[in-house]
This record gives sequence, C-alpha cells and structure tokens, in this order.
Amino acid sequence: MDQYELLSGNEAIARGAYEAGVKVAAAYPGTPSTEILENVAHYQRIQSQWAPNEKVALEVCIGASIAGARALAAMKHVGVNVAADPLLTFSYTGVNGGMVLVSADDPEMHSSQNEQDNRYFGLLAKIPVLEPSDSQEAKDFTMQALELSERFDTPVILRTTTRVNHAKSLVKIGEPQDMVVKDYEKNPAKYVMTPANAKGRHTVVEARRKALTEFAAETSLNRVELGDRRIGFITAGISYQYLKEIMPEASFLKLGLLWPLNEKLIRTFAAQVERVIVVEELEPVLETQIKAMGVAVSGKDIIPREGELSEEILRKALDIKPFERSFASAQALPVRPPILCPGCGHRGIFYTLKKMGLHVSGDIGCYALGSAPPFGCLDTTICMGASITGAFGMELARGEEFARKCVAVIGDSTFFHSGITGLVDLVYNKGFGTVLILDNSITAMTGHQDNPGTGKDVKGMPAPKISIEKLVESIGVNRIQVVDPFDLKHCEQVLREELAAPEVSVVIVRRPCALYVRLKKPAFVVDAAACIGCKACLKLGCPAISVNGGKAHIDPLVCVGCGLCPQVCPKNAIQEAGENHD
Amino acid sequence: MTKDNPVNILIAGVGGQGTVLASKILGEVAKSAGYDVKQSEIHGMSQRGGSVVTHVRYGQKIYSPLVAAGNADVIMAFEELEALRYLPYLKKDGLLIVNQQQMLPMPVIAGNAQYPKDIVEEAGAMGAQVKASAASALALEQGDARAANVVLLGILSRHLEFPEERWLDAIRKTVKDKLVDMNLRAFEVGRRQ
Repeated sequence: MDQYELLSGNEAIARGAYEAGVKVAAAYPGTPSTEILENVAHYQRIQSQWAPNEKVALEVCIGASIAGARALAAMKHVGVNVAADPLLTFSYTGVNGGMVLVSADDPEMHSSQNEQDNRYFGLLAKIPVLEPSDSQEAKDFTMQALELSERFDTPVILRTTTRVNHAKSLVKIGEPQDMVVKDYEKNPAKYVMTPANAKGRHTVVEARRKALTEFAAETSLNRVELGDRRIGFITAGISYQYLKEIMPEASFLKLGLLWPLNEKLIRTFAAQVERVIVVEELEPVLETQIKAMGVAVSGKDIIPREGELSEEILRKALDIKPFERSFASAQALPVRPPILCPGCGHRGIFYTLKKMGLHVSGDIGCYALGSAPPFGCLDTTICMGASITGAFGMELARGEEFARKCVAVIGDSTFFHSGITGLVDLVYNKGFGTVLILDNSITAMTGHQDNPGTGKDVKGMPAPKISIEKLVESIGVNRIQVVDPFDLKHCEQVLREELAAPEVSVVIVRRPCALYVRLKKPAFVVDAAACIGCKACLKLGCPAISVNGGKAHIDPLVCVGCGLCPQVCPKNAIQEAGENHD
Repeated sequence: MTKDNPVNILIAGVGGQGTVLASKILGEVAKSAGYDVKQSEIHGMSQRGGSVVTHVRYGQKIYSPLVAAGNADVIMAFEELEALRYLPYLKKDGLLIVNQQQMLPMPVIAGNAQYPKDIVEEAGAMGAQVKASAASALALEQGDARAANVVLLGILSRHLEFPEERWLDAIRKTVKDKLVDMNLRAFEVGRRQ
C-alpha cells in the first residue's frame, strides 16, 4: 500500500531532495525557508550545512554541482539577493550534477522586511522557475527541478511562498534513488567565466532559453483543466488552491513552470475560454509576459498587488458572495504584537540604549523588536549586516559628535552573515563607531539554528567555535569589551566609555537566548507596601510585569528571575522570593 | 459537520502556547480516518509571544490550506482575547471552545489599552455556541499547565466524529515519549468536560 505522510512544504522539499539523490545541501536560516535544511539534515547520507550566509551556501552547492553531485540550496527571498552574484553567473556555466535553489518568498511579510517577488530572478538569470501549490508538488517539483537541471544544463529555482512552505498536506512517500556522483573533468571553457569564455556561454544560455520554451508546451508541470468555459484562470502556486476552493468548475491553465512561458500553450488555452484572468500574488510577472504576447487578459486590474491573496480577497475580486460573518465583538481589541521573551538578554541592552537616548542602527533578528514599545530604540532596519555600515554612513554624514550618540546593534549570527565586512570597512576607513554585537549564541528568531559561533553543526555535532573576540581583534579593533545585559549598571558604564573613545569599539553583549538556555531562577515578587506605582519597571517591557490598582505585580508563571526589574525599581520594592517572605 | 463538506477548524492562541502541537494531533487524527487534510501555520517573528493562529481543514478533497473568514466550524482558542479576535471566522452555527485564561498583551501591560471584559459572556450573547473551560488549570492538575492544548482537544473530540482510540493513538504518535501519559490524562479530563 502507498504510504502517505502529512508534511509541510518544507518537509516535502527535503524529502524530494533525499529521494532524488541530493548529496550536498546548504542554507542560511530564514523564515519561511528554515525547516528545509533542518529536515534535509535528518537524512544522514546528505552532506548538509548551515552556511554563514546565502552566497556562501549557493557557492558551496555550485562547487558540488560542478564536481558532479546533485545539490540543493535553500534561502528566504531576500537571501537570494545575497546569493544573486554567483546565481547569475552560474546560469552561464550551467551544471554537472543537478542543482536546485529554493527561494522561499514571504508575501504579506509575516516575518520579512519586504515582499519582493523572486519569480523575476528567473527572467533576470534566465533559469527555469518552478512553483508548487501544495506539499505533494513541493516534493515532486524538487525532484523534477533536479532532472530539468541536468537535462538543460541549468540551475533551477524552486519558488515557494509561506503558505506552501508552512502548510501541511498529504505526500506520497517514495523510495530514494541512488546517490550518483557524475564524472568530473576540468572544463575551463564552461566553468571559467572570463569574458571570452562567458561570451561563448551566453550563446549557450540563449539556445537553452529556446529549448526550455519548447519544453514548456509539453511538460506535465503545466496542466490544462477545461471546465466551464466562461472563465479561464491562468494561475500558479497557492493562488490555484484558493481559486479551486471558490470556483472548482472553472477552466484552469495551472502553471508549474513559470519561466519560460510557451506562447502557443497560452494562446490555445485563451482561445478556448471566454475570459482569461491571470491570478498571481504580488507582481504581474505572468500577466506582463502574457500581455506582451498580445493575449488579452485581466489581472492586476482586479487582483491586489500587495500582500498575499486569500479565498476572501479573491471572492471579492471575482464578485462572488463572501461567507457571512455572524460574530464581531463590540469591544476594542488590543493588538498582540510579538515581544522580547521573559529573560531575553536584549531587554537589558535596549533598556539602557533607551535610557541613554542613543541613535541605534539596527539589523535583522529578534532584536528588531527593540523598535517596539516601550523601547522604540531603532533608527533603521534595512537588511542583514546593514547596522554597522549604516551607522558608519550616518557618522560620515553628520560627523564625530553624532557618532558619540549612535551605536550599531547586530546579532552573533548576523555578524557572521555579513557584519564582518562592515566592521572591516569601519576600521579601514578610520571610523569612530561603537558596535554592539548582541551575542545570544544561537540564530534565535528562526528557531535556534546553530551558527559558526555556537560550536555545533547542523546535525548537532561538535564543530569549531569561531571566537567573536578574536575575529574582531584580528580586524584591528583595539577596544573590545564584554558585558552581561542583565547588569544594567555595567552596560551603561561601558557604553559611556566606548562612545567617548576616539576610535572603533566593539561591545559584545553576551547572554544565551532565554528560549534556548532556560533560566531556572525563582520568580521575583513585589513588596506591595514598598511599591509606589511609579511604573519604572514597565519600561522594561517585560510580559511578567503589570500594574494593577497602582501597584506593580509580577506573574510568577511568566517570570524567569532574570533580575532586571529590581535594578530599575527606585524603592527596592522588588525582591527575590524568599527575601522578606517565607 | 457532515462528511460531505470540509470541516474547518481554527486554533488561535499566543505564541508559545502549543497551538502547533494541537493542530498536529488533530491533523493526524483526520489523516488516520482516511481524509484529505491540510493545515497551515506561521513561524518566525509572530511566535515571540504574538497572536498566532493555525488552520486545520479535512474532508474528501481539500484545496485551500486556510479557513475563510465566516466559514470555521470550530474555533479552539487558547486564550480569551484571541478567541474574540478570531470570532469573525466562526460560522453562524459554529462552536467556540475557549480556554478561560487571560494573557495580557503588551499594550495592556503598558497601560495603553484595556483588556476586553466578559469575553465568554459577550461571545454567548452574540449567539455563538460557547464551551468555556479552565483548561490550563485542569492541565496543571495533571502535571503541566502546557498540556492545556490537549485538554482542549479532549473537549473538541466530543464534537467530531472520530472514535476516542484514534485520538489516543495520535497523541501517542505526536508527543514526546516521557509526556505521553500526562497528555493522555489531560485528554481524558478534557473529554469529560
């Protein structure tokens, strides 16, 4: 009997890589892609690694492919920006072993800083883009991507979106193929991209584009479902599922291969239906190409261009009655934004930065929550690594005095990802800046992945632990201090010293992530008699502390005993349980 | 809830409360009964104490992994404010199962907003079928307040078609070995509610 499992899109991609005989896999964690490599790493025969960044991950996979192995690189949409440099030239060299790059896009920005549409990378790099619409397709397309890669001598992008990565559906489990490493022969004309060789390869890329366009007409990746001819949808990915939910009887051209498109396939479909609507999330990538063929379609004139689509949004766009909403509270509902966890080390440092009134050049990670109330600390958050460089640019624009009121904050994993080169720039170009490396010794936001500073690899095995202190020292930073963010007085004192110093300083703010290494100290308690209800403790933004009836209260089930609140109470009204109590 | 139409269940709570585990057990139960199943969750930033919701759908054939607003047969809420937040998803004759627990969101803690009052009563007054339970307290009696998710599944199980043994198997299959006995007890407590 066939075996089916309920898998997320990410688990299914990992399963597909395993069944297709992938030998090398690399990734940098990023929502919604993270669980792909986590699951790949469970297959012992696959060489898996967390790379320090996406460019490194892709380059490792490129080397593996050229050397003859099948390879998979996984990253979130913005990670592909980091990997774009090797990707666009890898298009020219082509592959030896099959290579698939998973680009996990995040429409709606559930956990991202933009909602760019990476299907454009297919057009830009001239490499095929496959997009699955559920977990079964996520597995099948991963395997087909590797076959296509070898057949057409090209890397292939498997583009997913959050609702495919993180939705679970049934997947038929297959037997793994043998892991084959193809012969490798040195071939500079193919793999050494000097201008003369690259010119020759560009010609190959154009021939490949034509061959792929013909393939697009015959492949089962694209599917015509003719039903009611009054409306024909051209769609892909999760949008297909929403439309089938709403209008299962309509006609569909369901695309699995999104680039290149085949004009004849589209024209033939369009001729069979009365009206064609292109339904795609975010950018009109398909629509623009189809209109350029001279085929009349609707698209972004009725379908939103921002955010993700939903059954509800599509019902509205297609003028179909929505489900009746019977219940809505008459009360104002407070929002529940994400917050720093109880016992989080970032709390102490953001409290200090806020108190000192500093400008803060931010970065990507849990500490982006330093922008939320009650801290509101961050001046900027752009992309991975931009904190140090951004602060340096501000310093150059506004002078040394500004630099004395400004810090960069960057996490340990983000520092390894792309902070190092920024620090090199700051030292080399004689900046003054103060850089805070918030070292919680794990890649926290994405769910605790190991990184070059944790001493473990992706399989949890011991690995060399790269010392941030030694690295920073070797770059030429003379002023390096380490502080515990739970010691507020020391944090402030060190920050004052380093901001005043007329050279680059690095302050390593070190405290393990509270969700990863749980504190087990007794909860603190408020002495109601001593509490004056001044709300100084609320400035910590701690989910354990509230003020009711003019007195602070600490929820003993939430408090982990980090000890910050007694340090900010002006009346010593907060004590460890046991002090003045039995 | 019939076998012909998809069954739509929304599990709402606060990041870290165990909504994902609950959906995993429910999905496993529906799958073992031979249904097509889809479920959807969100990872990343919102897990840090934010509002979280997991969708579970099962039936003969399921397309969308998301429950549409106004189309949920059941909302299982791990926290009262989150119950109220997602109530517009509930069908007119749908069922709200709510854990009688209040977790203050940061705007309330900071004194910038009020926690809504009499949530269970308001939901009932609107005409929703409501089953309220002090699931966290009941779970604590069984050894761990975090098993509130399984207490709530016990309550839910009385309203779905699956035999009890399927639920127990799914719990055994899904939770860590050392926590199986405690979770089975928590499920029984919920089922008797």
